[in-house]
Amino acid sequence: MDKTVNQKAWFLVLPVFLIVAFSAILPLMTVVNYSMQDTFGNNQFFWNGVGWFKELLDPTTDLGERFFASLWRNLFFSAVILAIEVPLGIVVALSMPREGWRVAACLVIMALPLLIPWNVVGTIWQIFGRPDIGLMGYTLNSLGINYNYVSNEFDAWATIIVMDVWHWTSLVALLCYAGLKSIPDAYYQAAQIDGASRWAVFTAIQLPKMNRVLLIAVLLRFMDSFMIYTEPFVVTGGGPGNSTTFISIELVKIALGQFDLGKAAALSLVYNIIILIVCWVFYTVMTNAGADRGPEKGVA
Amino acid sequence: MEHIAWMAWTLPTAIFFVMLAMTLAVMTWLAVAYPEAERVGILHIPTTRGDRLFIALIATAVIHLLWIGFVGTDTILTIPFGEGLEISSLWLATAISLASAVAIFRTV
Repeated sequence: MDKTVNQKAWFLVLPVFLIVAFSAILPLMTVVNYSMQDTFGNNQFFWNGVGWFKELLDPTTDLGERFFASLWRNLFFSAVILAIEVPLGIVVALSMPREGWRVAACLVIMALPLLIPWNVVGTIWQIFGRPDIGLMGYTLNSLGINYNYVSNEFDAWATIIVMDVWHWTSLVALLCYAGLKSIPDAYYQAAQIDGASRWAVFTAIQLPKMNRVLLIAVLLRFMDSFMIYTEPFVVTGGGPGNSTTFISIELVKIALGQFDLGKAAALSLVYNIIILIVCWVFYTVMTNAGADRGPEKGVA
Repeated sequence: MEHIAWMAWTLPTAIFFVMLAMTLAVMTWLAVAYPEAERVGILHIPTTRGDRLFIALIATAVIHLLWIGFVGTDTILTIPFGEGLEISSLWLATAISLASAVAIFRTV
């Protein structure tokens, strides 16, 4: 018989709940209220039912078209940066030194990009990529490559992806490094005795041991890239055209630019549900990874 | 009421939140009065009643959004009451959600 779960400890969370009520729950309830109404300001609201949701989920309307376009754009962006940052982070972590003063030096250098605020990262790359005064933009153009992130969609995407890789690969690398450090030497010694190749050591020892941290890294990077706002906003402002307008940028445009609170509220609720589902799936997979084998064998 | 005017309350959303709060209150009372054990269902993950409620609520939201997106909200029935109450087909999604919630609580 399984042990019953005592949930009474949750009552200890009540004080925090009160704070969260004011910082998150009441605003969220307000967003739900807004999503059902239309307003022209001055706290005057008109009932619209599920009208905004209908418009949002219909790709033939302006709102729906913008929502789906930015959603696919955002998912594509997340997929690309995950496909680059995760393998790159693993490679970096594997090539980091294991002992001596170089560990500290390496860790500090790796942590540097993580400490820079988003808008500063954006500004750095915005200037770095400029064809007239930016080091990268000027160099590329001198080499005969016609690079201009303001007018060329591909260049804008490349700049934002490279910027994100520069900013966040260290996070993946540091997490993987922590995972690697936790592998006892005995594993490597055993592999050496067996005459395992470098690749075999990686696939049979290091990768399985990094499983957990990699899941955390993927979750963090997915969430962060799925809600990315500041960096593309500073670098490209969502352009050229709408080519780098991600969901959060679209959301701010609708809510604060057009002051369409109803449309923006509907969009943010759907956005929120997508994030909630992804988080729940990741969290469930993370907390149950490796736990499946336990109870069946009777090892509780 | 002036100080909460910015929250733009309406009767339907208020009813929605009151029902949500009541659900949570009942679940809280259940957890205290009848402590439960985690169990593994068709998703092969250990779940408590709270987990199942969460899955059911998310499923409800997704079912309604999919219904709005693919089926729409045409009127399926007009009840001769007052000026005639129009019943949107979205209530079918609500019915499906309730059925799915029962299924989730039984099997997950």
